[in-house]
Amino acid sequence: MTDNANIDTYRRRFLGNTATAIAGLSVAPGVFLHEVAQARPADEAVTSDVRWGMLIDTNKCANGCTDCVTSCNDEHGLTGHGRPETDAQWIRKVDLRDKQTGHTQSLPLLCQHCEHPPCVDVCPTGASFKRADGIVLVDKHICIGCRYCMMACPYKARSFIHEALQDQLPHAPRGKGTVESCTFCVHRVDEGRTPACVEACTAENHNAMVFGDINDPDSEIAMQLKQHSSRQIRADLNLNTGVRYRGI
Amino acid sequence: MQNLMQTSLRILLALSVVAGLPAAAWAGDDSLLPVVPQAQDRYSKTQGCVEPTTEMRKNHMEYILHQRDETMHRGIRTRQYSLEQCINCHVSDAPDAPRVSSDEHFCNSCHSYAAVSIDCFQCHADRPVKTPNPHALSGHAKSANQAAVLPAEPHQALATEVISND
Ligand code: SF4
Ligand code: SF4
Repeated sequence: MTDNANIDTYRRRFLGNTATAIAGLSVAPGVFLHEVAQARPADEAVTSDVRWGMLIDTNKCANGCTDCVTSCNDEHGLTGHGRPETDAQWIRKVDLRDKQTGHTQSLPLLCQHCEHPPCVDVCPTGASFKRADGIVLVDKHICIGCRYCMMACPYKARSFIHEALQDQLPHAPRGKGTVESCTFCVHRVDEGRTPACVEACTAENHNAMVFGDINDPDSEIAMQLKQHSSRQIRADLNLNTGVRYRGI
Repeated sequence: MQNLMQTSLRILLALSVVAGLPAAAWAGDDSLLPVVPQAQDRYSKTQGCVEPTTEMRKNHMEYILHQRDETMHRGIRTRQYSLEQCINCHVSDAPDAPRVSSDEHFCNSCHSYAAVSIDCFQCHADRPVKTPNPHALSGHAKSANQAAVLPAEPHQALATEVISND
């Protein structure tokens, strides 16, 4: 860890673990790139001027609705074998219930695209990596299937592929013996589109998910983050997640 | 000894295929050469593939490997050397088109001949999927290809997880 990163972590701890403090530090690094709203040309590399993030409003997330999950499975051709314990799952709905009051809440949980991803820290091969724009991916060409990253991820966001697959979709190559997780629909994002789950949630008028560049102060997500209080799940881990929640 | 001779003949043949030399001059039998399926299209009027054919025969793996890393790590999505485009052009999208396990598949026709095993298609589609991926909720009709791709059974992992505080 560099000195800077140490100081960052220290400052974050000092300011406390509330998301407001963290958002203040991470969302505004002083980069004002307005043109990033358009799709990047295909021959241009991603840069750290952009940081992709997602804001999920649990108050709008309907109990029992699984539109985001279904659209993710369709988008990436995730197939099941009738074994929920081991079938690949990139996004799942979690219902929370307060035992004392009986209050229930529902929220989608996916890879949080951590700024300091433990999955990347523990990966022995360099297969787990974070793209310059903050999207955390597995390079399956390098992954040896050791599953250290699955153990390290605090959000249980990753799946291991146990069986041989056929007829994968060209934009979502997946195969036996490798680990995978939500890619923020990187193939869509690179075309200037939003992730499939966000599109599905919006299409059904739930509007519980917003996706965008949290470094761009004019983006919808940055404005909402600025206006409303939001939280990271397990903010105490100082991972500075790219996915934030309202209403929890 | 017999084996050794056969091996050297194969190597000679492989080299001659790669170098584009008339292999039959040595072997005297065309039937020993791999039958490589025709591509669906030409890159341009003057050029068959995305680089001159002799270059592609020798070095296609370098182009694909380079593109792989550029796309994966830097998000560069140019199409010229993408594996998806190789498949789109070199493999038929007919429902009964040969899979990569068959010697009639473009990639495997040469690779099985040269005894080089590839694992690209453990993860990548070995046949073209040209239609844009339909979205479950967008109302796009699913193509015949797509119908084959999507699971027959509903995905079981849909079940929600319940967490209660203690
Ligand atoms: S949520 Fe898990 S898989 Fe995603 S970046 Fe963080 S540690 Fe890695
Ligand atoms: S399973 Fe793959 S991505 Fe995960 S830690 Fe091991 S090598 Fe890295």
